Order: sequence, then C-alpha cells, then structure tokens
Amino acid sequence: MIEIQNVHKSFGPLKVLKGIDLTVEKGEVVTVIGGSGSGKSTLLTCINGLEPIDSGRILVDGTEVHARTTDLNRLRQNIGIVFQQWNAFPHLTVLENVTLAPRKVLGIGKAEAEAIAEKQLRHVGLGDKLSTFPSRLSGGQQQRMAIARALAMSPDYMLFDEVTSALDPQLVGEVLETLKMLAEEGMTMICVTHEMAFARDVSDRVAYFHKGIMAEIGAPEQIFGDPQHPETWAFLASVR
Amino acid sequence: MFDTALSAADLVFLAKGAGMTILVTAISVAIGTLLGILFGVIRVQLGATLSLPLTFFLDIFRSVPLLIQLVLANAFMGMVLRLQISGFTVACGVLSLYTAAYCAEIVRGGIDAVPATTRRAARSLGMSWMQDMRYIVAPLATRIALPSWIGLALGVMKDSALVYVVQVTELLKSTQILITRLQEPLFLLLICGAFYFLISFPLARFGGYLEKRWSHD
Repeated sequence: MIEIQNVHKSFGPLKVLKGIDLTVEKGEVVTVIGGSGSGKSTLLTCINGLEPIDSGRILVDGTEVHARTTDLNRLRQNIGIVFQQWNAFPHLTVLENVTLAPRKVLGIGKAEAEAIAEKQLRHVGLGDKLSTFPSRLSGGQQQRMAIARALAMSPDYMLFDEVTSALDPQLVGEVLETLKMLAEEGMTMICVTHEMAFARDVSDRVAYFHKGIMAEIGAPEQIFGDPQHPETWAFLASVR
Repeated sequence: MFDTALSAADLVFLAKGAGMTILVTAISVAIGTLLGILFGVIRVQLGATLSLPLTFFLDIFRSVPLLIQLVLANAFMGMVLRLQISGFTVACGVLSLYTAAYCAEIVRGGIDAVPATTRRAARSLGMSWMQDMRYIVAPLATRIALPSWIGLALGVMKDSALVYVVQVTELLKSTQILITRLQEPLFLLLICGAFYFLISFPLARFGGYLEKRWSHD
C-alpha cells in the first residue's frame, strides 16, 4: 500500500505540491491526469525518494520514504519507475540493460538474471531483440525495454510518468497495450498520463491534479462522465 | 643517396632515448590519469564552489609553462628541501601532476556529459551511487572522454622532451647530442621525428579502434 499524507513540495519559490493525500491499495491502478505543471510527475519522483519533500509523509508498505533511516536503494528495488524519456543505457545490449540491476543490486547470478530478463522482454514483445543495442530500437521499443528493465526487479509497485508523451503517435499504442496487460495481471500502478482513453479503460480510480492540488479523485465513469470540480470539467473539455 | 656518419651504435643510442621518452610518458600518463580521475570526480561531487581550492591548484599546473615547472620543482627539491631526488623522479612527478591537471578537466567533462536522466534511471532501479558510477557513468564518460584523453597522452609524450632540463636524456636530447657530434641536424631530426611518430601512431590507432568498437550505430 502507498500512503501519501499531506505532502508539500516546492522547487525554490515554486510550490509544486500543496498538500496531497492519496492512498493506493495493492492491486489498484490509479491514473493521474492534469495540465502540465500540476505537480503530477513530481509526485511520482517523490514516491520513490528521487525528490525530497518539504512536509508530510509518504509510506510504502509502512516504510516512510523520506525518513533519515530509510535505505532508499532497498526501497527503490520494490518500486519500479518508467519515465517519459526511456533512458536506455546506451552502452549495453537490450538484455544487459535488463540484467544489470538484478545482477548488481539483487546479486542474482548471470544465468538466472538472463532467464528473468528474457522472460520480461518476451512479455513486452522484445524477445527477438536481446542482443540489439538500444540505438537500433524505435522509441516504442526502447520504452518497452525500460518497462521490462523495471519489471525485472520484481517490484510490487510500478510508477509510469507520461511514458507515451515522447513517442511518435503510431508508437503510443504498443506501449499502452503493455501497460494494459500489466494492469490486467494485477500490478499496482500509478500512471501519470495524457491518454484519456487509456485512463478511462484501465484505471480503478482517476485523480485530477490542478496547480499542486488533487482537485478530484473517483471512478473513471464519474470523473469522465460527471466531473464535480469545475477545473476537471474545463480540463476534460480542453483535451477532448 | 647520401653519406652519413651515423653508426648502428648511434641508432641504439637514439632508441635508448626513445625508450626513456616512452618510460617517462607511460609513468606520467598512468599516475596522472589516476589522479585526474580522482580530482575530476571530486570536482563533480563537490561542485564548483567547494572545489575552488583544488581547481586553483590544478590551474597552476595548467598555466605555468612545463619547462619552468620542471626547473623550479628540481631546484625546490634539491636546494630548499635538500633531498637527493633523481631528475627522473622529478620529471615523472611534475609531468604526472601536469597530466592530472588536464585529465581532471577531461574527466569532469565526461561525467557531466552523461545525461542526468540516465543516472536517475539507474538510481531508480535501486543502484547505489557507487554502482551508478561504476556501471553507467564510468563506461559512458570513458567513451566521451577518450578522444581528448588520447590527445592529452600524445601531448604529454611530446612535452616530455622538456625533461632534459632535469638531466634526463630522452629522445630529443639524445638527438641533440648526436647533432653536436655528427653535424647532420636535418637528417638526425628526421630520424628523431620518425621515432616520435612510431611511438605515437599505435596509441592514436588504438584510440581509433576503441572508438569504433564502442559505437553501435
């Protein structure tokens, strides 16, 4: 379970998060929508401790992420994150990209790590690209590799930060399909996205962020069908 | 084609000079590179302000002509500290710091060129700072820094000609000795140049080979 309690966060004078409260249960898929600068991506990087927070707390399975005593490297093994820019390790093959962390961080042997990586890469449809270097892959393939790389650590949670925003339109579908598949398998996911159809189809709950505040959260039918907050209504009207 | 007084023994004498050039260069580049990596990483980690003293110290070695550094270091060791240190040691010490000063900048540039987002991805997989440095930053920064580093190594090799001022007889000094005796400056300098080329060429080719091997496009 991920518990976000009254989290505030600013970059210098800019207040990005102004008291966010959100609890995500095991197996739940929550999508976060909202305009740019609404703080939704920042929230994800706070959840796995890549960004410090000013106040409030975030608990992952009861462990406080920003506590001084928390071993962040250990915590992050359980929280996969995939970014807008897929960030392949360009000097490693697709297979090595995926085996690196299991081998060096978890200490798994080479053969076993390769078996895990192969399974995950097959899962995202890259079973035939194992010895290819990332520079030879399309953006969509690189993004799916990044998803497999995160999954190879067998995390309980996956965070997706606008994973299709930097892709050519014709490549968006393949990545969304991968996400859908994970959701159907019961992965606990928080997805920041601009893909409204995806949010509607896959989410258990949809949260609308506006200027650092979670203006509204609810079932997709409610958010898309009968938004309560005027800002949600205006936002959805603008993206339709 | 033409007559020369150059004997086989003279060629051996020149080859010994070339050996000294290689030795001084190899030691200085090895030590200088290790120190340069250390200083470069420290500079990146501390940031510009905190590493100012280190930057200033390294700038001295980059801005004072090497010839002056060698003479002053030799005089300082002998006359001020009254240490019995060989010219060879002084030469290697000064050239090492000179290499380190330039190498630190190359290393800093290489590390800075690794995208922050790539490092963030590594850390988000649970890798520690050290693992990120070792498995992501080091290989990527090496690829970026290699051409500059090869240039530095070749530069140090040629600059090592200046260590004659601390009584180290390397390739150029050996040539000068022969010129004084044989009075065939152009011919001897041609041979000397050929020796330098033979030393540099493999290193330059090795760099080219690595660059090619590391490019996957």
